[in-house]
Amino acid sequence: MNEMVLEARDVTRRFTIGASLFKRATTFSAVKGVSLSLRQGEVLGLVGESGCGKSTLANMLLGLLDPSEGEVLVGGKAISRSSPLERARRIQPIFQNPYSSLNPRKSVEDIVSLPLRIHNVGSASERRAKVAEMLDMVGLSRRYLDSYPNQLSGGQRQRVAIARALIMRPEVVICDEPTSALDVSVQSQILNLLLDIKDELNVSYVLISHNLAVVQHIATRVAVMYLGRIVEEQPTEQLFANPRHPYTEALLSSVLTPEPELGIPDTHLGAAFPNPMDPPPGCSFHPRCPHAMPHCSTLHPRPLSDGDRMVECHLYDEAAAQAAREPQPA
Amino acid sequence: MTFKELSSPEDAATPPAPAKPRWRDGQFLRRAFKHSAFMVGVVIFVLIVLMALAAPLLAPHDPYVQSMTNRLVPPIWMENGTWEHPLGTDGLGRDYLSRILYGARISLIIGIFTVITSGLIGTTLGVLAGYFGGRVDLVVNFVVMTRLTLPVIMVALAIVSIVGGSLIVVILVLGLLLWDRFAVVMRSATMQVRSQEYVLAARAVGCSTPYIIIREILPNIFGSLVVIGTFEMANAILLEAALSFLGLGVQPPTPSWGLMVAEGRQYLLFEPWLIMVPGAAIFALVLAINLLGDGLRDILTPENRS
Repeated sequence: MNEMVLEARDVTRRFTIGASLFKRATTFSAVKGVSLSLRQGEVLGLVGESGCGKSTLANMLLGLLDPSEGEVLVGGKAISRSSPLERARRIQPIFQNPYSSLNPRKSVEDIVSLPLRIHNVGSASERRAKVAEMLDMVGLSRRYLDSYPNQLSGGQRQRVAIARALIMRPEVVICDEPTSALDVSVQSQILNLLLDIKDELNVSYVLISHNLAVVQHIATRVAVMYLGRIVEEQPTEQLFANPRHPYTEALLSSVLTPEPELGIPDTHLGAAFPNPMDPPPGCSFHPRCPHAMPHCSTLHPRPLSDGDRMVECHLYDEAAAQAAREPQPA
Repeated sequence: MTFKELSSPEDAATPPAPAKPRWRDGQFLRRAFKHSAFMVGVVIFVLIVLMALAAPLLAPHDPYVQSMTNRLVPPIWMENGTWEHPLGTDGLGRDYLSRILYGARISLIIGIFTVITSGLIGTTLGVLAGYFGGRVDLVVNFVVMTRLTLPVIMVALAIVSIVGGSLIVVILVLGLLLWDRFAVVMRSATMQVRSQEYVLAARAVGCSTPYIIIREILPNIFGSLVVIGTFEMANAILLEAALSFLGLGVQPPTPSWGLMVAEGRQYLLFEPWLIMVPGAAIFALVLAINLLGDGLRDILTPENRS
C-alpha cells in the first residue's frame, strides 16, 4: 500500500454565531467527528449537498481553519504543529471560482510565481523560467505570462490557478469544486488536465464536488457527507454499483441523464434540508429517509467498517436494531 | 459519463488575446485621455500647482508690501484698471494677483498634508477593521462613531481658538478630524476584497498577514483610496477657507484665499471683486479636485475595465 499523505482524525469544527453585546451566542458544528485518509496517488471524492460542511472540512485540511477537536496530519505530521510554509509546500488548494481566485491586479507570472517568491526559490529569471515551464504543463501558452486575469477566459484562469497550486510540487491538492464555475465544454478539459498532472507529478487529490459525474470520472474512492458527518465511504466503482446508505442512493438517483424520456428524477428526499443549527436527534438523515425505523430518531448510528468500505446507518447495524427491540429496563 | 464527447478545444473558441500592455502604463492613460471631465480637472489642477510652485517668478509684486497710496485699485477689466495691478489691490494696497498666487500655496499645502495625515489614520483603522473583523472591527466602529458625533467645524474652531491659528495647527486639526470617510470606505472595501478566494489562496501559499494586507489587498482598494483622497482634499481646502474666513485659520498677513475673502467682506458693496477673485480661485481648485476624483473613480473601478 502507498504511503499515507493526508489524514484527518475525528475532526470537529464548531462555529459561534450571533455573538454580540446583547445576544447570547449560539454554536453549531459544521463538521462533526470526521475521519478520512488519503494515500499517495489516490483521488478521494467528497460529495454532499451544499451546507453539509464540505468546504469547512477542506479549509481544515488546508490548515486555513483550526479544528475545534481532532487533528489533521499531512505526511504524518500534525498540521497545527507545522509552520505555514512547511504546510504550504505539502498541500495546496484549487478553488471553485477562477474569477475570484486570481488577484486582478497581478499578472499571470506574478500569480504563478507567488509561492516561489514566498518560499525564496531561485532568482527572478529562474522563477520566470519555472513559471513558463508550469504554463506549458497546464496547457497555457507562454505568451500569457504578462497577461492579467481579466484578459483570460474561465478555463484559462483555472489553468493559471492549477499552475499556482502545483508549482511547489505539493503532495496533496484539495480541489474544491474545480469545474463547477466553468462552461460545460471546458469542464472536461480541466478534469483531464488534473488527471494528466496527477500521473506526471505524482500528486494526490481530494476532490470536493456535488457533481457525481465528475467524481465518478476521476475519484478512486468516494466519501459521502451529510450534515457534517461522513455517512458512507467506498471505492468509486463499488459505491456507484452498490450504494448502501439511503442518502447515497438518493444522490445517485438524482443524477440527470441525457435521455429526455426518463424525465426529471425524483429523489424522494423532499425539499427540506434540515437546519444545521438544530440537527434532528438520532440519525440526522431520518426525517428524509425512506427506510427510517423507530430507533433511527433516537439513536445515533455507529460507523460500521468492513474492509475498505464504511457506512453509518442503522439498516446495517443488527446489534443496534436488536437492542432497540428489547423492552426498556424499568 | 458525459464529458469526453463534450470536450472542444477552448483556445479555438476564444481568439488569442493580443499581448496588451499593463493597464497601469497603457490602458490607464488611454482611458484618462478619453474622459474629458477628468482632463479638465487635470488641466486646472496642474495650472494651479504650477502657479503655486512658480509664485515667486510669476508674482509682479511682493504679496506682503502695503502701499497706502495704491489702495483698492480695481482689476484690469474695470474702469481705471492698470496692468501694474492686473487683479487690483486690496484695502491695504497689496497686489491682489501676487496674493492669489501665494495663496494657492497655502491651499495646496493644507489640502495635501491634511489628506496624508487623515488618509494614514483612516486607512490603517479601516483596513485593520475590515481584515480582522470581530473585536477589532467593534473597536474601530466605536472610534469612528465617536468621531462622527463631533462636528468638525465646531471642534476645529474650539481647538484653534485655544491653541491659536497657524498653518501647522490647521493641518493637524483637520488631519485628525477628517479620517472618518477613509476608515469607513477602506473598511468595507477591505471586507469585500478579503473574502475573495485569492486572499485564501495567498494564505494557503504561506503568505504572512502583513504581506497579504500590503501586497494582495491594498492594490485592490487603492482606487477607492485615491478617490476618497481627492474628495477629502477638496473638503480640507474648503474648511481651511472657512476657518480663515472666521479668523481662526491661517493668520494675517499670510495670503490665504479664505482670509482674503474675509478681508474683502467689508468692501462687499462697492469693491465686490475683492471677494469674487479669491472666491473664484477656491471654486476652481475645489472643482478641479472633484473632477479629478470623479474621473479617477470612473477610470480605476474594476467593473469598467475590460
